[in-house]
Amino acid sequence: MGIIKTVKLGFDYFKYDEDGNVQETQRAVDNVNIDIPEGEFVAVLGHNGSGKSTLAKHINALLLPTEGTVWIDGMDTLKEPELWKIRQKAGMVFQNPDNQIIGTVVEEDVGFGPENMGVPTEDIWKRVDESLQKTGMTSYRHHSPNKLSGGQKQRVAIAGVMAMRPKCIVLDEPTAMLDPNGRKEVLEAVHQLNRQEKVTVVLITHYMEEVIHADHVYVMDESHVVMEGTPKEIFSQVDVLKKYRLDVPQVTLLAYELKKSGVDLPDGILTTEELVNVLC
Amino acid sequence: MIRDITIGQYYPADSVIHRLDPRTKLAGTLIFIVSVFLFHTLPGYAVATVFLAAVIKISKIPVKFIFKGLKAIFLILLITMVFNMLLTPGEELWGFGIFHITREGVSMAVRMAIRLIYLVVGSSLMTLTTTPNQLTDGMEKSLRPLNRIHVPVHEIAMMMSIALRFIPILLEETDKIMKAQIARGADFESGNLIQKVKNMVPLLVPLFISAFRRANDLAMAMEARCYHGGSHRTQMKPLQYKRRDRLAYMALFLYFAVAVAFRAAGI
Amino acid sequence: MLIELKNVTYTYSPGTAYEIHALKNINLSIPDGQFIGIIGHTGSGKSTLIQHFNALIRPTSGAVLYNGEDVWEENYNRKNLRSQVGLVFQYPEHQLFESDVLSDVCFGPMNQGLNREQAEEEAKKALLQVGFKEKNFRKSPFELSGGQKKRVAIAGVLAMNPKILILDEPTAGLDPKGRDEILDQIAELHSVRGITILLVSHSMEDVAKYVERLIVVNKGEIAFDNTPKEVFSHYKELETMGLAAPQITYIMHALRDRGLKVDPNATTISEAKEDILRALRESGSPLLKGGQAE
Repeated sequence: MGIIKTVKLGFDYFKYDEDGNVQETQRAVDNVNIDIPEGEFVAVLGHNGSGKSTLAKHINALLLPTEGTVWIDGMDTLKEPELWKIRQKAGMVFQNPDNQIIGTVVEEDVGFGPENMGVPTEDIWKRVDESLQKTGMTSYRHHSPNKLSGGQKQRVAIAGVMAMRPKCIVLDEPTAMLDPNGRKEVLEAVHQLNRQEKVTVVLITHYMEEVIHADHVYVMDESHVVMEGTPKEIFSQVDVLKKYRLDVPQVTLLAYELKKSGVDLPDGILTTEELVNVLC
Repeated sequence: MIRDITIGQYYPADSVIHRLDPRTKLAGTLIFIVSVFLFHTLPGYAVATVFLAAVIKISKIPVKFIFKGLKAIFLILLITMVFNMLLTPGEELWGFGIFHITREGVSMAVRMAIRLIYLVVGSSLMTLTTTPNQLTDGMEKSLRPLNRIHVPVHEIAMMMSIALRFIPILLEETDKIMKAQIARGADFESGNLIQKVKNMVPLLVPLFISAFRRANDLAMAMEARCYHGGSHRTQMKPLQYKRRDRLAYMALFLYFAVAVAFRAAGI
Repeated sequence: MLIELKNVTYTYSPGTAYEIHALKNINLSIPDGQFIGIIGHTGSGKSTLIQHFNALIRPTSGAVLYNGEDVWEENYNRKNLRSQVGLVFQYPEHQLFESDVLSDVCFGPMNQGLNREQAEEEAKKALLQVGFKEKNFRKSPFELSGGQKKRVAIAGVLAMNPKILILDEPTAGLDPKGRDEILDQIAELHSVRGITILLVSHSMEDVAKYVERLIVVNKGEIAFDNTPKEVFSHYKELETMGLAAPQITYIMHALRDRGLKVDPNATTISEAKEDILRALRESGSPLLKGGQAE
């Protein structure tokens, strides 16, 4: 069993009427079975409202399944009485950088998680130093988060999660509100953590370019996982992705168009290098 | 206008006052405020002035910066002075119609002005040298005994520090919403009071919705980072009295003793 | 000639230690009917620039002219200017406030002095024009998806019948399909209604695909102002400004460096495709299966 495993996971959002009775239910995630081995970089793709965010919140036990089971590092999220133990194993970074930073100084924010876990003071400092260094934010430690760029804020948020020493980080559209430079900055930080610290990464996104270097990709649509495989396998199916309101990277699209016009090219070209190598 | 208010602002500098424990500074501010009411004669005010000047000097905060904060209370100051001068009965210095300025009135007005100015300067010195976080930490620890009578001290302190973090964000957001609505022809300036209030609706609704959304997001982010209330929580920067705090307390008690002695001796 | 900026300079907190020159001596003219893109990295001054167009910001020095008239003249009707020069900000959440979509879109026209009936007519027209379905007119704007909210926000400005529509990153946060839909809708407003469009964007691919003129803002100055193709040929300089060329341009350069005789200035997929096909044909590439290539 991998570090994250779900079996037949289903989740309903309830809509209540004025008397507090359930008016209608809406299935946000349905029959989702995923198994993520430790140390992998996994991406979850899907258009807005496909259920990918709801899935992410199950990994952190912010939501509990209506149906089926979620295991995080062997712990069943429905059966664990102390949910914060699961949350420590699977940290989470959210979309809006402003709405997840609690401290008024960068280093104090990074220390927030360990404080909550009851880590002794000297250890908190050690963890904060380490996490700031791993995310390249050490020189900003005394800054106010309000003065940082979007990309820097997200790196602070990542440092805050790393300070809890999690086995896995779930990032729920961490780049949706950033400019291209901020996006690059955050993605590089995440890849580095995955490579050097061997942290399992689950990246939720709808930017195709961010998925190219993942080990494994899940595609969600209408609350189901509809495709899974390596980026190459996924992106070789341009028409299917378009059906799910998604896209492919520009290189892949160009290769696909060339192939349609009769050029003999393999499916699922993901990088400029690959394309140049086949064409020249 | 908003930028002129220095009360509640932090001025980063490296001074002994900045490094003092926030509890020491809270106690100090309290003692100073009481002393300003204990003193009521010129020599007394001289002592308070020397004390305040010394603290400002040690704090390395530019005097200009502190006095900028007084601009915000200028109007209140003026009104207080005028009322005191006109309404205190006593020996008349100057009269016109129903207005009488008395010697007692002038002396009262000056005293009130000094007190008010010292109050503002004294308390802004505390906020200028203490980060909001330290301040809430200090209050949390000082008020901890209230836990026993079921006052949720930790929660209140947490709420305060979150509020402090989000005030600048919400101010910026207010500005953006105003611009978005002005671009749609909204008018926030003209009209009578009722119209003005009505015109605020397009500003307030998006602002409230955004604030609630942020609150919701933040609650989730805090939970995700293992926040489960104040129990079993450790602190990254626990408050600990140092030698400098003991010295500061000694100085404060000495100063307070002088204030009490002056009052007792009627000086 | 519609909008003209003459020697416009804007300084934040002038005379203090925090003084920032957001715009430096900008000269720019926006004639009728163009589809213009504005790019620049965060903090380059592009947001400050677009707020000068509808007099939300008053220049520290210099003049902003609309149809030849100085908009900061004493008696100039700036409220009227703002309905001629519509500005849609990035976050629809910053402007939606009414309990239903239709009323919200009526806000602008009613501020122009129309009565509810006339305003509703304009609102309906605008909503349909941005592809918002009539059956959703009575929905609360807060229940809508990101893409739908964006449409309502655009309609809210469009209903005032502006001559120019400025859109600040209209595709931020949308999924790929939503992004394409909104951009297509905007392009249609340009071609069908003849509205001048100013599109602020972070996506080089999007501006390459849609705009006819591209303005690059860097450090408060106009770095480039030309056709996208010409601007993107300076991709090395763009990179020093924290920007880049569309991915396609990089592919074409890489191909050319490896000996395939393609035009490196292609910026869109369809251009690139045609050019690569041509180059492959000319070099008699074995990759082309006989006769199948168009």
